Amino acid sequence: MNGAIELDFWDIGFAATIVVGLGILLAYYRLGVTRTLSIASVRLVVQLFAIGYVLKFLFAEGELSYVAIMAVIMLIVASREIMARQKRRLKGWRSFGLGASTLFVSSFAIALFGLLVVVKPDPWYLPQYAIPLLGMIMSNAMSAISLSMDRLTSALHDNRAIIEQRLALGETSREAILPYLRDCIRTGIMPVVNSMATAGIVSLPGMMTGQILAGALPTEAVKYQIIIWFFIAGGVGFGMAAALKLLEMRLFDERQRLRLDRLS
Amino acid sequence: MGSTVWSMIEMTSEMEGLNVQNLSFIEWEHLDLSVAESEVVCLLGDSGSGKSLLLRAIADLIVNEGDVSLWGKGRESFSPPEWRKRVGYLAAEILWWEETVDLHFSKPLSREDLDKLNLPHDAGEWAPSRLSMGERQRLGILRMLDRSPEVLLLDEPTANLDENSSSVVEKMLLDYIGEQSAPTLWVTHSKDQASRQGHRILEMKNQSLTELDRAVLTK
Repeated sequence: MNGAIELDFWDIGFAATIVVGLGILLAYYRLGVTRTLSIASVRLVVQLFAIGYVLKFLFAEGELSYVAIMAVIMLIVASREIMARQKRRLKGWRSFGLGASTLFVSSFAIALFGLLVVVKPDPWYLPQYAIPLLGMIMSNAMSAISLSMDRLTSALHDNRAIIEQRLALGETSREAILPYLRDCIRTGIMPVVNSMATAGIVSLPGMMTGQILAGALPTEAVKYQIIIWFFIAGGVGFGMAAALKLLEMRLFDERQRLRLDRLS
Repeated sequence: MGSTVWSMIEMTSEMEGLNVQNLSFIEWEHLDLSVAESEVVCLLGDSGSGKSLLLRAIADLIVNEGDVSLWGKGRESFSPPEWRKRVGYLAAEILWWEETVDLHFSKPLSREDLDKLNLPHDAGEWAPSRLSMGERQRLGILRMLDRSPEVLLLDEPTANLDENSSSVVEKMLLDYIGEQSAPTLWVTHSKDQASRQGHRILEMKNQSLTELDRAVLTK
């Protein structure tokens, strides 16, 4: 029951032939993505091996300070990603700051709750638990925050004339953007809700599959998958709500005027 | 002594209705303007001269600085929605966003008003996409008046209308202005309309406002 079948480099090489075959097919049809595919494959291999060694080191050391440094790096990279995915950014570093603060509040709070109240590893920051837990919550929250922020700024930009006429009729800024806000929240939360609803039927979630491959009992693996989905839903929902609220406050001023000039 | 002076100031500004002082926005600076109770001030000027921006600045829809007051009460003492309800701004191009026309109104459209503007009785149930340019414009005027504004800021209210609709719209606006004693700032391209409707005529040129002589205009 202990440990999965170990893979050697030959196994990875055999698996890679599939991608090579795909690359040849794409090149034959001149789709121009062969290059992108090969770069992505190389990045995948390099990044994952690198993180494998980093995690091995972290697990061996098991120090809180190392876990904290890792968490901060994850936060910075994820916030940068949120900023990069914005078609229209707030001027200066505000998109980064907004992403980082909401990501921090939502995913760190929920990961802490998960560690201290639910999973209770000993010590509570045990890297084998803390890092994957935080990573899963954060990556989902990152996607939802960046997607919903991008949608809201685009919606306000595209509908600025309508918003101005709604304001002119005496609507509050909140009333004037409510339909767009609703749409953003729906778009951000739907992927999570859909995944939760189909989990186990249409797809076996990745984490659970991993645990099963590593030899865990399926009945134990599902318990982890369930709590993880609840944490993800929380991280996504609260993170997005905070991000949209801050964005709304930034895009309207104290006289409830639409301030698209604050976008670059 | 101090209180007498204060009450005199209050009295004069009360007579002025809408009072704009030292208004600056974008590249326009220190514009002064006052419109008395029931007065119609027509605003002429080339396109791009900033007429629409002036209206939007007064309605507090764009960033601006300066003292704007209504019946002697400063704009800052109203919440933004409250101010904009009082100061009815009619955009040059009226937009619609709800599924049907009547969802844009706070109360059902009155048959009488629809008749006055030669609009069909069931126009309220229509999808906005079904409206013609002229219908959008006329319904837009009803939509603005629906909020019972105390001041009217009109950006070419008759620009998309034929002669007949244009005159019924003018009449409806003038009736409203008379009934509510509403100070009105009326942007128009037509010198004819300006000299017909305006008690005073201003021109926006080189980022400043000058009063035009009616006699010169009609010559």
